Amino acid sequence: MNILVCITHVPDTTSKIRFTEGNTQLDKTGVQFIIGPYDDYALARAVELKEQTGGTITVLNVGEAETEPTLRKALAIGADEAIRVNAFPKDAHFVAQQIAARAKEKSYDLILMGRESIDFNGGMVHGMVGEILGLPSISPVMKLELEGTKAKLAREIEGGKEFIEVGLPFIAGCQEPIAEWKIPNMRGIMSARSKPLQVVDPVEADTRTETKTYELPAPKAEVKIVGSVDELVQLLKNEAKVL
Amino acid sequence: MSILVYIEQDQGKIKSSSLEAVSYAAALSEKSGDKVNVLGCGTIEDADWNQLGKAGADAIYHVADERLNSGVIQAHAHIIAQVFAKVDASILVLAKSALGDAVASRLAIKLNAGLVSNVVGLPDMNAGFVVKRSIFTGKAFVETAIPAENKILAIKKNTQPIKTDGEEVSVESLTVDLPESVFAARITEVEKASGEVLLPEADIVVSGGRGLNGPENWGMIEGLAEVLQAARGCSKPVSDLGWRPHHEHVGQTGVKVAPSLYIAIAISGAIQHLAGVNGSRNIVVINKDPEAPFFKAADYGIVGDAFDIVPKLTEAIKALK
Repeated sequence: MNILVCITHVPDTTSKIRFTEGNTQLDKTGVQFIIGPYDDYALARAVELKEQTGGTITVLNVGEAETEPTLRKALAIGADEAIRVNAFPKDAHFVAQQIAARAKEKSYDLILMGRESIDFNGGMVHGMVGEILGLPSISPVMKLELEGTKAKLAREIEGGKEFIEVGLPFIAGCQEPIAEWKIPNMRGIMSARSKPLQVVDPVEADTRTETKTYELPAPKAEVKIVGSVDELVQLLKNEAKVL
Repeated sequence: MSILVYIEQDQGKIKSSSLEAVSYAAALSEKSGDKVNVLGCGTIEDADWNQLGKAGADAIYHVADERLNSGVIQAHAHIIAQVFAKVDASILVLAKSALGDAVASRLAIKLNAGLVSNVVGLPDMNAGFVVKRSIFTGKAFVETAIPAENKILAIKKNTQPIKTDGEEVSVESLTVDLPESVFAARITEVEKASGEVLLPEADIVVSGGRGLNGPENWGMIEGLAEVLQAARGCSKPVSDLGWRPHHEHVGQTGVKVAPSLYIAIAISGAIQHLAGVNGSRNIVVINKDPEAPFFKAADYGIVGDAFDIVPKLTEAIKALK
């Protein structure tokens, strides 16, 4: 079983988001970068599946040199090898083409990633990779069990879930509770240093969108603390006009 | 050139997020002059179709195949691509949703399109085609240009007014050949609570946290949700503990909601929870701890015991209605 896990390198969920360079760049001052939380679920499930069936886990990121500590962390969690496609991830289409190009080079049984990145929240890369490779893509996947050459999945839908059967290979965008996040142990951290991390050049691919200027939401007004339920109901009715 | 809007149904009813998408397309068409075509798939109640004309549709197409009632991603993508070509569209508009994302991403490749998700406003067409989208889980926005000729816009819920003054339009039935390959991922079973207000679609959400001490105390959340015709939500610990199903988990790694009113009961307001609710127009926090961080993100707050306040609130709203 060869599993490709694609990860993003994103600001920690508690980061204060600010911009710089005339609101055209994220201000990275004091921001801690992590494996995308959804990607972390995908990686954790890949490690569990490898424990069951053997095989290798390849972890992939499209990013510049700054993302290597994030890839090393994925190796410490249990991936066997890492690939960094040496390019700024310009847009979802560019990234999807990079992933598809790497996926064509080795026959992966499964391609996992998070349902979306937590920076741009697009949730688009898994479907694009699926369409480029001509494979099924399923997201958001909250359960994934292997049965020989097929898999049984649960996909979250609004108000419930769908149970799906699909033959390998396919692409899944993952979310909780597909697995528990894994914290690297000392042995993992030590062994990650000697695991292969290959840096490759990007393939030619166009971008189809272009980010321009960033902005922050307007600051919220001060909270009104009320003393009684009746007062609250009056405010919701007459001021907020939501009742 | 024209616009194609893909709408979703839930248990036979057109989703309000889809009516927003049609209204968005109608507003866009006022600027561009493009015709607004709407495509619906699967079983949709007869009485529901007239909302589409009111929301601004110029033409409506229906592919009635019952297999499309569920989220067969590749089948939906296949049909939309066919209809996109048939109506000579250059813009596809749909609502951001679990199915919308999965389908739009495949279409971006099929249609060679530039895709922007979480769109919150109409495009600026003075210099190219630039739309604003929500990023960093609601903590920021970015203006994004789409230079590609074909464009796909996935609209964020509760950002567009639903238009109701359009004219009635008749529905044209279409048959589209679906190759077996688009059913490669086979849906074997669907588990869904019927009659519930869908959380991502809801106009009012009532959410409970760990401060409610256990799943046995959810009756009062249900009671309040019922009088408000609200959807129910919960914090991450509550779904992790198995008190409530995961599809009710609101937050950074759960459902993101943007209702007119979000009522948070006994939820402290961790930053990961706030990331799921920051699109709400009004937030009410009920918590016995005056230092709970949620109060800082709220519009209205009551400091007090949920077990005392929630039943009173339910009664007061019942009396109002």
